[in-house]
Amino acid sequence: MYKIVHYINQFYAGIGGEDHADVPPAKMAEIPAVSKAFNAAFKGEAEIVATIYCGDSYFAENTDKALNEICEMIKAENPDMVIAGPAFNAGRYGFAAGNVAAAVKAQLGIPTLTGMYEENPGTDYKSKTIIVPTKNSAAGMRDAVAKMAPLALKLAKGEELGPYYVEGYMYTGIRKNLFEEERGAKRAVDMMLKKLAGEPFITEFPMPNFDRVAPNPPVADITKAKIALCTSGGIVPKGNPDHIESSSASHYGKYDIEGVQYLTSETYQTAHGGYDPVYANEDPNRVLPVDVMRDLEREGKIGSLHRYFYATVGNGTAVANAKKFAAEYAQELKADGVDAVILTST
Amino acid sequence: MKLELGLIHVTDVQFGPESKIEGSVVYLNEEEIKKIVLEDETIKSVKLDIARPGESVRITPVKDVVEPRVKVEGRGGVFPGWTHKVDTVGEGKTNVLKGMAVVTTGKIVGFQEGVIDMVGEGAKYTPFSKTVNLVLDIEPVEGLKQHEYEKAVRLANLKVSTAIGELARNITPDEVKVYEHDTIMEGIKKYPDLPRVGYVLMLQSQGLLHDTYVYGVDAKQTLTTMIMPTEIFDGAIVSGNCVSACDKNPTYIHENNPVVEELFAQHGKTLNFVGVIITNENVYLADKMRSSDWSAKLCKYLGLDGVIISQEGFGNPDTDLIMNCKKIEAEGVKTVLITDEYAGQDGASQSLADADVAADAVVTGGNANVVVHLPKLDKVIGHIEYVDTIAGGWSGSLQPDGSIIAELQVITSSTNEQGFGKLSAR
Repeated sequence: MYKIVHYINQFYAGIGGEDHADVPPAKMAEIPAVSKAFNAAFKGEAEIVATIYCGDSYFAENTDKALNEICEMIKAENPDMVIAGPAFNAGRYGFAAGNVAAAVKAQLGIPTLTGMYEENPGTDYKSKTIIVPTKNSAAGMRDAVAKMAPLALKLAKGEELGPYYVEGYMYTGIRKNLFEEERGAKRAVDMMLKKLAGEPFITEFPMPNFDRVAPNPPVADITKAKIALCTSGGIVPKGNPDHIESSSASHYGKYDIEGVQYLTSETYQTAHGGYDPVYANEDPNRVLPVDVMRDLEREGKIGSLHRYFYATVGNGTAVANAKKFAAEYAQELKADGVDAVILTST
Repeated sequence: MKLELGLIHVTDVQFGPESKIEGSVVYLNEEEIKKIVLEDETIKSVKLDIARPGESVRITPVKDVVEPRVKVEGRGGVFPGWTHKVDTVGEGKTNVLKGMAVVTTGKIVGFQEGVIDMVGEGAKYTPFSKTVNLVLDIEPVEGLKQHEYEKAVRLANLKVSTAIGELARNITPDEVKVYEHDTIMEGIKKYPDLPRVGYVLMLQSQGLLHDTYVYGVDAKQTLTTMIMPTEIFDGAIVSGNCVSACDKNPTYIHENNPVVEELFAQHGKTLNFVGVIITNENVYLADKMRSSDWSAKLCKYLGLDGVIISQEGFGNPDTDLIMNCKKIEAEGVKTVLITDEYAGQDGASQSLADADVAADAVVTGGNANVVVHLPKLDKVIGHIEYVDTIAGGWSGSLQPDGSIIAELQVITSSTNEQGFGKLSAR
């Protein structure tokens, strides 16, 4: 019988809802209903031998610490595989489940599986673990268990999973070679016939989803416009007070430049780890052109330079994160009456 | 336009006193073949060898592979512009020596020549492990420049293949395949209700040993144009390529263009195969824009409902592929692309250098970065020392025990982008 460890949050552990989301990780004395549902689906071939839970807030606020503790507990059970979730559309649970599944796989080398709704932010981990798409609420539990259990069994047995579209997990983006029944030219003609007939077909290579944004119409009168500076070039006040990461940034900073005529090497620097920082640190205006903007302001060529600039590091930062940052501060810019933004990169 | 391909099934090639075909065996007089090769004063010497399926033989570095054919009825001769005068081919009868190929090897030319293994792991990936291969190992005279050497080797193969094809001129084929290409008007009248499908065949033309020739013309100096599909079967398109072995199109694959074959197979049944557009893959942006504009314009002009677009090479030509796709889709013509991938050895990187949402139907020949371990084979034809320097290999790819650890990229036609093979990726 294969041994499986289950990771869940405080709600499914029966501890409580949002008001109990700050509980630290622990092993349950007895496995809960959700684990029992999986056991029933394994039909005696595998068993959940331990269920570990953690409060979603605790996990989000103490991610590294929580991960270490959870990994230690899982390691002690020596399982054949680990299931996390399903998290459905619960964002922080999805983040925790994806994180645990990815970490256990990477650090302990144990196969992992989780399940969540396709819009859950935890799906960011789909290249690092196997994620089964589920419905968006716990009403889809029965369906989720039915889909996840057979894959969990295969992983526990050490079997290689088939392609995502056959097995039903989310596209991982990790490309694997395989031999098809038909040669490529035949497959292309077959795909063409389906496409022409308006029938469903599966592309063999889903294009990366480049989120291309159509430019806005030009600013009507630039001499009246309030303009903001934003950068992914990592320009921050000296000392990097918000600790923006040099790579794979998890957040951005908002900085007041009221009265600042130009950036100096004494007061600003770059936090970016992806390029030679010498010239940016020597003269940070090279990346965030406050000096030139002030000139234009004085000359009446623009209305004004916005009081705040926003900065993050674009080095290896996931597109999903970058999009999230901008969606947030774009609202602030709008509320502040900013007419146009100059975005500088590196 | 009607072309009958008479297939003569070849089961073996042997050296003998007289060049002839008897039954399914091709006999070749070694001296006659050598004499043809040595007509070229830039070639110092040539060694001949035969590699058969299942033998413990490795051929490397492979330059081109050609299938011997002979035109027995109709205008012109095979490889027009090279071994025959320029005259429109593609009509009448052509005999094909099916099951054999002529393979050229020699000193390295452009770092992108390949490996053909006749047995073992590597044999799974190359179609030329299934053909009986006459191998020409060609040594140039001192001081010959690389592009001159490539040209000499290319011509030698075409001449030898033409000469071997001549042996089949009066042989009754074992099997006849008929390909009939309708004119635009005939197609509309015969199949008014079938979708009109074309083929955009992208030809490698980045220059500097990355060239393809059409009726003898260097494709990088051409505008996007049309070619009759049966012309391709008569050797109208010839490879002059030292692009990565896995996804360049050897002349053999052009002669047997699988997309053309598959479209003919469906013609009049599920679709109306309207025609083939050939377009190049030049390096300059203006050329890329012009060539893709013309592809889209011709697709629209022909009133096509859909086109299959096949690529050759990778990286820079990915932009040509996506430009063709975007512009053709924008004309309301549906596309299916055939490409291959460079997703890194772990498969985690972005596969293509360009992408677009319009490219929603893609067939892939697999990830060329995947690492393969090829066992030591008993015999090497060619020069094994180049394995470390060809694209897909690295310093140390050739192991002390004679085996090879390298990317799939090194294997000739392993990830072919005309859809010749069955390899794919997900």
